[in-house]
Amino acid sequence: MSLPERQTDVGPPHYEKFLPPVIKNNYGKWKYHEVLSPGTMVHVAESGDELYTVRVASPRLLSTETIREVCDLAEKYCDGYLRFTTRNNIELLISDKAKLDPCVAELKEKGYMIGGIGPRISNVIHTQGWVHCHGACTDASGLVKAMMDELHEYFTTKELPNKVRLAVACCVNMCGAVHVSDIAVVAVHRKVPVIDDENVAKMCEIPTTVGSCPTSAIRPNPKTKSVTINEEKCMYCGNCFTVCPPINIHNPEEDGVAIVVGGKIGSLRTSPKFSKLAIPFFYNEPPRWPKVVDAIKNILNVYAENARKHERVGEWIERVGWEEFFKLTGIEFTFQHIDDFTFMRDTMRSSAAFKY
Amino acid sequence: MAKYQTPMLDELEKGAWPSFVTEIKKAAKNSKMAEDELGQLEKSFQTKRGYWKHGGIVGVLGYGSGVIGRYSSLPEEFPGVAHFHTYRINQPSGFFYTSEALKEICDIWDKYGSGLTNLHGSTGDLVLLGTTTDALEPLFAEYSSRGWDLGGSGSAMRTPSCCIGQARCEWANINAMDICNHFTQHFQDELHRPAFPYKFKIKVSGCACDCVAAIARADLSIIGTWKGDIRIDQAEVKNYADNGMDIQKEIVGMCPTECMTYEGGELKINNEKCSRCMHCISKMTKALRPGEEKGASILVGSKAPIVVGSLISWVLVPFIKAEAPYEELTELTENIIEWWDDNAKPRERLGELIEVKGMRPLLEAIGVAPQPQQVKEPRKDPFFFWSESDFEK
Ligand code: HEM
Ligand code: HEM
Ligand code: SF4
Ligand code: SF4
Ligand code: SF4
Ligand code: SF4
Repeated sequence: MSLPERQTDVGPPHYEKFLPPVIKNNYGKWKYHEVLSPGTMVHVAESGDELYTVRVASPRLLSTETIREVCDLAEKYCDGYLRFTTRNNIELLISDKAKLDPCVAELKEKGYMIGGIGPRISNVIHTQGWVHCHGACTDASGLVKAMMDELHEYFTTKELPNKVRLAVACCVNMCGAVHVSDIAVVAVHRKVPVIDDENVAKMCEIPTTVGSCPTSAIRPNPKTKSVTINEEKCMYCGNCFTVCPPINIHNPEEDGVAIVVGGKIGSLRTSPKFSKLAIPFFYNEPPRWPKVVDAIKNILNVYAENARKHERVGEWIERVGWEEFFKLTGIEFTFQHIDDFTFMRDTMRSSAAFKY
Repeated sequence: MAKYQTPMLDELEKGAWPSFVTEIKKAAKNSKMAEDELGQLEKSFQTKRGYWKHGGIVGVLGYGSGVIGRYSSLPEEFPGVAHFHTYRINQPSGFFYTSEALKEICDIWDKYGSGLTNLHGSTGDLVLLGTTTDALEPLFAEYSSRGWDLGGSGSAMRTPSCCIGQARCEWANINAMDICNHFTQHFQDELHRPAFPYKFKIKVSGCACDCVAAIARADLSIIGTWKGDIRIDQAEVKNYADNGMDIQKEIVGMCPTECMTYEGGELKINNEKCSRCMHCISKMTKALRPGEEKGASILVGSKAPIVVGSLISWVLVPFIKAEAPYEELTELTENIIEWWDDNAKPRERLGELIEVKGMRPLLEAIGVAPQPQQVKEPRKDPFFFWSESDFEK
């Protein structure tokens, strides 16, 4: 069977091909929107035209079978038009108001979860984990599933003071948005990788391996035709493992995850913020990571009880102070919480005024 | 009978949230690759470690990016995932599709791959998860002939990405989707043939809410903004008050610049003092609208933590017009990239280079004047440098 003729550098299809007529007609001329329920909203244009959106949760990892099923629903209710959000939700775009309720009803009947709009938890940004990445020190999809099974009411119904953005990254590369999320999980290695000299000599290019280390911890070892690692310099990033698998970074008994909090992206009220360390370590406990999930629930509950309306997690913590955050959440403060890497100057307290 | 017993993963089919395990099982009905992915993943859950190997150069002819090589480290135990490469399809701006287009993508993927996808990857691409080296050329012929090109990877321009912008959002000050599409097309060569010191990401958000996280995840963050007065509809302000909004507390009281007043049922804004943070507008969408002179703020440098810590982008150009055909914006972008490309060491991101060289060389290279909007506060130390050009004045 012959293949069609390939083309190069055509780029993606032009987005206009995929816009429903109501969007084409009112592009750039939207007037306001109204949230109708946690999973539906209406956008109203200057012309008076209306566009209804239904937001549906997705595990991001989708089979073609599910995509086809969603497409069938889009054909039934939306003339085939649908999109995805930057947080990996599915959105059905309805032009005919009469189709909104039947669409929602059928989605619910088929077991889809509708929500994520407004002061709630939206979908969790996450990375590949054991599903696909070589560097992963936890499974991202598994953690997300375990977390959201407990927190899904904050997606479908319950309100919080403001949006709470969750994320999971399966190593310090943080392919997602962990460093700027309200509450996020980041997986960490904690041990210097173990070198299998014989196989390093056989399989790896030594200069590449030495060059891969961001902290210059790796030296060639001419005697073994392998390398050595300076333990004091190593910060367990795993780059050496990437280029030379016999330098094994995986340590199933000592790998695990940390929880960071208080990050924010938008410039609303206060500047965007980095997430900061709340809890330095939990062991991996697949399939449900119960201690991690409990810790997240605890932080979320303390936030919900103490923050003012419209305050994001980071804004609340900055108002009350981190010492109060640790007190209210009961989280233990450890050596790991004190920055000894790049941000010490910015993070130590230089004031005689603080709370107990 | 299923090929593998998967008690750990089966546990994750329970519960309310949609299950990725169910998705893998659905794909496994038709694909030995997906079936072995399931088996290997169960093993990871049992032993608490991954079994993937990195790299190996794989790709399609004439391209240096868009495919991520992935191999199982247990190919005998799980032959279906011996090769399990990622094929990145460049998404359309705003992640809009028709069912017809998505079904066509699925049909081709079922023929050559595992049937598993990510909609979408963190950079924005439509990620097809798991295929063999042999299938790459056929996949590329099938997709590219239908207008679906590969996304970026490696030390290249990465697939630009954006928020939904003017397609549905009343706050969009710029045509985020069109700017994204413009840059994607403009940088096709840079996207497909890695020739940069490291990755370069462009993201476009229509306003300071920044729904695509441009400020935190892009070397070049383009964020829509405005000049002039916030438009107020006092009748709608009254409606919000009548419906129970505590305007004094929730809006006026939380305005970071204290530039609002609410007296006698009238909301007033001292627009000269407003920092355009979007708080009030986002809470009173019917009553308040951004001003009418639209443009973009350009920020640069954000990245994830490897190696010396994360960066959030810094303001470079406070306001620039951003209307098609985007000549000024494109020239500025090209100049920034050129400066980085000329000066960066391998694997040095733009933000890191600026930290090493300082902001001045970049500002001079692109012809942008120093201005207070670029800093939170001026420097604290007395160790400042003088150039010959500073004496000429
Ligand atoms: C220097 C830091 C980083 C390194 C070394 C790194 C490395 C990797 C690797 C090895 C993969 C392959 C995973 C797989 O097997 O599918 C990957 C996937 C990916 N990374 Fe990164 N990454 C970094 C930062 C980022 C950041 C900051 C972003 C986004 C803004 C990002 C976006 C992605 C995307 C979109 C994927 C595809 C799969 C996914 O969405 O999870 N990466 N990255
Ligand atoms: C310091 C060492 C290395 C690091 C940290 C590294 C990191 C990464 C990252 C971040 C990605 C994912 C790119 C993305 O997010 O799009 C990637 C992909 C890839 N890497 Fe590496 N890499 C290293 C060395 C190597 C070496 C030595 C090879 C070849 C033998 C290699 C071959 C590849 C290939 C083929 C891909 C997939 C295509 C691509 O994204 O360019 N890498 N690597
Ligand atoms: S966060 Fe790390 S382990 Fe996870 S996908 Fe990205 S590079 Fe791989
Ligand atoms: S884990 Fe990272 S820091 Fe440690 S030796 Fe390897 S490359 Fe260097
Ligand atoms: S970033 Fe602003 S313009 Fe874009 S979708 Fe979000 S709120 Fe709308
Ligand atoms: S946009 Fe922000 S700074 Fe401006 S008036 Fe509204 S709340 Fe105040």
